Amino acid sequence: MSSPLIDPDVAERVIARALARGGDFAEVYAERRHGLSVSLDDGRIEGASDGAEEGVGIRLVVGDATYFGHVDSLEEPRLAEIADSIAQASRGQALKPQTLAAAAQVNPQTVRRAPEDVSLADKVDVVRACDDAARATGGEITQVSAGYAENRRTVTIYNSDGLATGDDRIRVRLAVQAVARRDGRIENGTETHGGHAGFELLEDDPRRIAESAARKALTALDAVPAPAGKMPVVVGNGFGGVLLHEAVGHGLESDAVQKDASVYAGRIGERLAPGFVNAFDDGRLPGAWGTDGIDDEGMPTQKVPILRNGVLESFLYDRLRAARDEAVSTGNGRRESFRHLPVPRMTNTYFAPGDAQVADLIEAAGNGLYAVSFGGGQVEPATGDFVFGVSEGYLIENGRVTKPVTGATLTGNGLAVLQVIEAIAGDLKIATGYCGKAGQRVPAGVGQPHVLLREITVGGTGG
Amino acid sequence: MSDAAKLSDAARRAVELALAAGAEHAEAYCQDEREAEIRVYDRAVESLTEAGEAGVGIRVFKSEGRCGYAFGTTFGDDGLRTLAARAVEIAEYSDPDEFGGLPGECAAADAGELVSPGFADWTTERKVELAIAVDDAARTADSRVSQVEQSIYADSRGFVALANSEGFCGAYESSGAYAYSSAFAGEGDALMTGLGLGIGRGPDELDADAIGGEAAARAAALVGARRIAGRRAPVLLDAFTAASFMGIVAGALSGEAVLRGRSPFVGREQEEIASPVLAIADDGLIAGGPASAPFDGEGVPQSRASLIGDGRVRNLLYDARTAREAGAASTGNGRRGSYRGRPSPAATNIVIDAGTATLDELIAQAGDGLYVTQVVGLHSGVNPVSGVFSVGASGIEIKDGKLAGPVREATIASDLISMLSAVRAVGAERRWVPFGGSVLAAPLLIGEMTIAGD
Repeated sequence: MSSPLIDPDVAERVIARALARGGDFAEVYAERRHGLSVSLDDGRIEGASDGAEEGVGIRLVVGDATYFGHVDSLEEPRLAEIADSIAQASRGQALKPQTLAAAAQVNPQTVRRAPEDVSLADKVDVVRACDDAARATGGEITQVSAGYAENRRTVTIYNSDGLATGDDRIRVRLAVQAVARRDGRIENGTETHGGHAGFELLEDDPRRIAESAARKALTALDAVPAPAGKMPVVVGNGFGGVLLHEAVGHGLESDAVQKDASVYAGRIGERLAPGFVNAFDDGRLPGAWGTDGIDDEGMPTQKVPILRNGVLESFLYDRLRAARDEAVSTGNGRRESFRHLPVPRMTNTYFAPGDAQVADLIEAAGNGLYAVSFGGGQVEPATGDFVFGVSEGYLIENGRVTKPVTGATLTGNGLAVLQVIEAIAGDLKIATGYCGKAGQRVPAGVGQPHVLLREITVGGTGG
Repeated sequence: MSDAAKLSDAARRAVELALAAGAEHAEAYCQDEREAEIRVYDRAVESLTEAGEAGVGIRVFKSEGRCGYAFGTTFGDDGLRTLAARAVEIAEYSDPDEFGGLPGECAAADAGELVSPGFADWTTERKVELAIAVDDAARTADSRVSQVEQSIYADSRGFVALANSEGFCGAYESSGAYAYSSAFAGEGDALMTGLGLGIGRGPDELDADAIGGEAAARAAALVGARRIAGRRAPVLLDAFTAASFMGIVAGALSGEAVLRGRSPFVGREQEEIASPVLAIADDGLIAGGPASAPFDGEGVPQSRASLIGDGRVRNLLYDARTAREAGAASTGNGRRGSYRGRPSPAATNIVIDAGTATLDELIAQAGDGLYVTQVVGLHSGVNPVSGVFSVGASGIEIKDGKLAGPVREATIASDLISMLSAVRAVGAERRWVPFGGSVLAAPLLIGEMTIAGD
């Protein structure tokens, strides 16, 4: 790993200043961010964008209140200014912080080909290949956009409890959108591929990402309006996991739980799903999109069981909310950057594989909907009510997948949907999502094997 | 030297360095702002953030319109030189673009006063009091409120400076503030949420009682919500939800979306695509508009342009590049989210022309239908290319021209053009809503939509 962004003696002095008028906890979070993106649209490389930022966020916790400041600098005088300013908020006795050691990296991820060692020309080639591949899929593909993005976040974290740690996070992601047109009708298809990994992620034919996007757009040209009403639904693997993320995961985040803003509050130990259902939030899944060595408070990430044999087992904690529940952080304190406060967030959230076959799920559904992929989703954690837009879906008729459908959504309630899980297949896959919460956007892995839901409300414009 | 002058100097310096590094044309966009955010829970400060953020983005063009972009948080000569060199290096790898290049028509329009006169009088303590007052109002305005998830106050004040190699250099200062509260009413599985919000140039324009009271009223109105049977029926969108939809419509009217074939409006420029009662404009100069500014993200004066009127698309939103491709003039819509991004065509302030009907009249006109006060899943439930949408909705059922019982977990589905064509009436009362961009929104009565329920 690279050397710490800030020396321990500097951090010690800054933390002492933040605690000069009292407080329970102070922290220095330093970060260097570098990102590069290459975009292609309309057959043309539009140019890359390169960004480099560095800065520090300083946090002071006094009772239930948090005081926070950040600055676009790593220089001690600037950090001291911020520390002095937030210290004004406190009115007690100075707290003496622990002595700090040098920050060391834990749980490093394996990156075989660091993106910074790959030439820009090679990255441009990947994006161009996607354009070619998508257009080669069919003459009805009229437009393609493709984007490659890499970013590296080096973080160093010190706090008044004596913590000194760091992480070096490299992510790569490729996204392709294809538009297909026939007569007056236009449809689009998207596909993404990414991970906490280096350029090696794209070494095995990035063209298949583009082909997949193009196929989705072409398929949608034949789509009929989605039916509306209650019916069995088979949810696809990979991005289908957004259902778990939205309908359950957000309600398990301890900030929502502690404010009684979650239907899952007070339900630890309760059976919420059939006994064969297991689910995890796993921040250590090697190479996965939502994986980090430590969370953004320096806590090593964990594989947190959220549902074990259908029973609710754990909420997701950051440091602050864990302390309130006299629990230990589960390594879910995440933030978008040094400009944001950590909040409890999911990492990679997924249903564990079951033993059913995908074909059996479809057959068992009889007549219903096969929701392969979602355009995203949203949930109201207080009620568990959710809605998902189905970006790729098919009718299931007489136990077979038939026509593609357009304009379908799934609506329902998280608690209710867990109870109608009928079967889980074995084909677990993790997809790359971005999760927005409290004005912060962080990479989150969503995943699952194919899942059969006995009955859920499908919204559509068809009969 | 003033802060604006310092920032302008940095922008000019960055342009010089980019030219020295080999750019044919160059532009620098500098931003320097201070922001505060106060989150209140249970009438006490949960978190208080005070911070500054500053950065610069350098856009260069080499021969044949090849473009490169680099941004960073450093304003020193060494830092700017590194950024400029990186932008120039990147441009080598871009494809030629016959429409690429800086705008030819840079200038600053008169956007009026963009800073709240009383902004500086607000100490942190007063802002905290305001945030707590919002929370308190949400907790006490209606006895059915069982919890307030959070009340938030946030503001920002800062400078933007833009310089380019064609001789343009401009700067402006602006401020903004908003507060919102999210209240719950009811209990257990029947908990319903309501959002109250206020937005203005500064905290003086925020009314804590009104914001908290709105959160409470919106949550309380949904207590006891049930699911309803599916049907095709009139849907009345309140100002919040109308704003969200109009934001998506404006996105589909960006010159880029249309030129690249990614909009439901493609090829329909001459067709009747909307009800004649609906008029929507993009107004980059309107008084009180959160996105009002003298020039856009590449120095073109912001302006007002009708987007939809007399049933047709009147104008598209163009930045300099898409305008050249379309053979039109930039409409001053080359927008940037921040110094981290290049300009691209997007709406400034979206303005729905006010109609004449009161809310009660709209409800009476609907007859039997659904008054929608919340939609969820807009970012996933709307296909921006085909315009087909299906989103979760809650609100209040309309029976015999009057509000009846509250409704949850409904889905409303249609497509953007059918929805625009089915607008039967526009409400008279408008307000600024920061959803889907910044929208001066009015309630919209849609003649018919598919409502999915039980």
